[in-house]
Amino acid sequence: MEYDQARWTDGDRYEPLLSEKSTSEVAVGDGPLPEDLTRDTLELPDVSEPELARHYTRLSQMNYGVESGPFPLGSCTMKYNPSFTEDVAALPGAAVHPDRGVATVQGTLELCHRLQDYLGRIGGMDAVTLQPPAGAAGEFTGIQIAKAYHEHNGENRSSVVIPDSAHGTNFATAAMAGYDVVELPSGDDGRVDIDALEAAVDGDTAALMLTNPNTLGLFERDIEEIADIVHDAGGLLYYDGANLNALLGRARPGDMGFDVMHYNVHKTFATPHGGGGPGAGPVGVTEELAPFLPSPHVRRETGAEGETGAGNSGYEYYDPAHSIGKVHGYYGNWPVLVKAFAYVARLGDSGLRDTSAKAVLNANYLAEQIPYDVPFGPFHHEFVASAGDQDAADVAKGMLDHGVHPPTTKWPETVDEALMTEPTESESKRSLDHLAAAFEAVAGETDGTLADAPTRSTARRIDQATAARSPRLCWQALKD
Amino acid sequence: MSDSGPPTTGSPYVPHSPSETAAMLDAIGVPDVESLFDVPESVAFEDDLDIEARSEREVRTEIEALLARNDDLTEFLGRGHYGHYVPSVVDDLSRRSEFLTSYTQYQPEVAQGFLQALFEYQSLLVELTGLDVANCSMYDDATALGEAATLSQRVRSVSGDRILVPAHLRDGKRGVLENYVDGPGCTVESYPMDDGCVDVDALAAAMDEDVAMVYAETPTVRGVVEERADAVGELTDDHDALFCLGTDPVAMALLERPVDVGADVVVGDAATLGTGTAYGFGLGLFATREEYLRQVPGRLVGASEDASGRRAYTLTLQTREQHIRKERATSNICTNQAWVALRAAMHAAWLGPDGLVDLAESCVTRARGLAAKLDEVVGLQAPVHDRHHFREFVAHTDQPARVVAEDLTDEGYAVHKVGEHLIQICATAQRSGAEDAFLEAIEEVA
Repeated sequence: MEYDQARWTDGDRYEPLLSEKSTSEVAVGDGPLPEDLTRDTLELPDVSEPELARHYTRLSQMNYGVESGPFPLGSCTMKYNPSFTEDVAALPGAAVHPDRGVATVQGTLELCHRLQDYLGRIGGMDAVTLQPPAGAAGEFTGIQIAKAYHEHNGENRSSVVIPDSAHGTNFATAAMAGYDVVELPSGDDGRVDIDALEAAVDGDTAALMLTNPNTLGLFERDIEEIADIVHDAGGLLYYDGANLNALLGRARPGDMGFDVMHYNVHKTFATPHGGGGPGAGPVGVTEELAPFLPSPHVRRETGAEGETGAGNSGYEYYDPAHSIGKVHGYYGNWPVLVKAFAYVARLGDSGLRDTSAKAVLNANYLAEQIPYDVPFGPFHHEFVASAGDQDAADVAKGMLDHGVHPPTTKWPETVDEALMTEPTESESKRSLDHLAAAFEAVAGETDGTLADAPTRSTARRIDQATAARSPRLCWQALKD
Repeated sequence: MSDSGPPTTGSPYVPHSPSETAAMLDAIGVPDVESLFDVPESVAFEDDLDIEARSEREVRTEIEALLARNDDLTEFLGRGHYGHYVPSVVDDLSRRSEFLTSYTQYQPEVAQGFLQALFEYQSLLVELTGLDVANCSMYDDATALGEAATLSQRVRSVSGDRILVPAHLRDGKRGVLENYVDGPGCTVESYPMDDGCVDVDALAAAMDEDVAMVYAETPTVRGVVEERADAVGELTDDHDALFCLGTDPVAMALLERPVDVGADVVVGDAATLGTGTAYGFGLGLFATREEYLRQVPGRLVGASEDASGRRAYTLTLQTREQHIRKERATSNICTNQAWVALRAAMHAAWLGPDGLVDLAESCVTRARGLAAKLDEVVGLQAPVHDRHHFREFVAHTDQPARVVAEDLTDEGYAVHKVGEHLIQICATAQRSGAEDAFLEAIEEVA
């Protein structure tokens, strides 16, 4: 299959900015407010609706999404997003104001409660808050919960231990919460080195942040021993849910000894990533940590009749006893949560288990087919190949010319010229074979031709250095 | 195939036929999928999750039934979350799958469309704020305020850990701010308001060299147009503190430019454009001065050139971000609200400058008009603040506000209760057709 991405050009630029097509500067004032409280002028794009529609349609054609082709971006879980979840999230009944009395939004609260329940079961957690608006916000929530728990117990712990291969957000989150970061070197097999862990964990350890399977796609087989080491030192075990797709219906963080975790519903539960958001990052905790959850929390009304089913009881908000407070201005990214609920309900037990089965099958099949060295193993949902003598960034640009999105590159740093690849369950054998062929073709290009790639995308190789050295971040800066 | 769609054994979204699965297992050299799972038996999950799979139609019906449990109320609610009319073309274009199902633009050559749309969003905020730099989104106004406070800790030349906020501030916003500054160890303190605007004398008395940031809003949470923002700018300048102004893009189309009142950082919720009321779903806007560029949190799109010499866009200054800088990053934010920002930019472009100013002016005139009518109702005085208002205002009720609000709910209307005898009412064009009936209802209950 040959591939060329759409390319609209206009002289020395691609599709012009709307501002470059037409702008108007209007005088403000003479309105309902005194002039000293108003601005003087406003200059904005001024185009007709047909022109607007054509502009954004062109922009969409110059953009690559999951429905354009394979998108095996490691640790991002770019899978097919079913269309119907968009429709249910946009139902008129979903569009209510967050300040309504809880008695008037019982449907909204019941949906929240059902999703909390589903996520609790999937993660093996006792209580779940839906408030964090993204995975990193979930991490922050989880670490603030850990901090509040320790402080409640009269302990002032100062550090968080994080493996060197962990998501960068883990480090940033721990620092944001005021913790010192203790970086844990990986063992020779790409997993947690137990001796190094013993050395890193002590009475100052507030938590160990871990994902399992880890970012190399490897299951931490010693997870129970890891949990014991952290717990014996009085620390908590935090689960980064970015890789939960690999475990659906097969293993649960709660059963492995994790005390607190976040879910990336935009990854695992197929809510579209929207070019970088919105996501949602619900957080699950054990019973012991439930009193520290953000406020307010949704629960079935005390004394309500019946434990299951719709319409037979009420739901309410309450403030957990030792709540950390708020992590979002209201209750999180509600439409994203509706989509996640719809997706989980559509799949059910069998669909969730099939998801992890095919995600793991696809990763292992692709790892087997590609010409690059894939250290460690066996793999779960993703693997990290090494481009060896090639520059991983060049490999990525070369792959673009084969109509596929490349893997995550140069990360984790523990693998040379890393190509972190996560095909997800929604790729067919045919599309995996196409991906493998793209890897094969690019691996064979060792004569410098990759430096020219990509040639079939909208844009040719972009000069990143100049963008950073002389930042031009808005149309106004281009005019000057 | 029935209207229930494909069978629900297994995931309907995996494309493997049994023979393909067999061929793949064969290629790997394992007998079944189970043998690919490297999970010790002691932590393997063997039970049922007890989640029943439903057809697409069943799930849709179920969610419709759930949402039907919400009361059908006409909302005169605001306080930071607004439902302005969103044109259909925004839904249509933003839902094109190349936008909706794409990811963060780590490969800019195939992501020019989204990058350009985000660049246009940044440009919109630069025009509205008058500041030099806007990122391409935070989660919501509250988290953007939290990020502004942590920015103040990084950029200020002298140390100081006091963050001053207005006494009239939404609880959720203050709560998030307190969580964000818990790590850096800042204290959040309130300064008093004077009839809905900043009490400048009281604020001046509260200032010292330990103040890192002063936050003020226009319009305030009570809908009051802040008249003394410039005085806050002068006070913060005098004390080498940051002035963070909270607002939104519709308000900025009409009100004084933030840069002209001395704002160093502008935060707020940009979901007033492009997103209807969605249970608090937001779009945090964040803009600041160029001198703080390298301390800005979140994603930035910049213009550069590609190998063909054409202008092209890319994420830039990523050394500020967590995937490069790890614990030294300016923020942990990674997934943001990019698609919501796309919608806001589309909505603004659809309105154009005249349309956006008209929308802003109509917010003022509608609020003013509704307040005047309510003021004629026996038992009500509106607005309680003798100021200019934007979108909403507070009214005094002779009866307990709780009773009035509850009686209005019974009549099919939602308003805020903000004090023992204070209710708050938001008047946007979305409710214009319901105003007469609302007035009749409130005459009955007030």
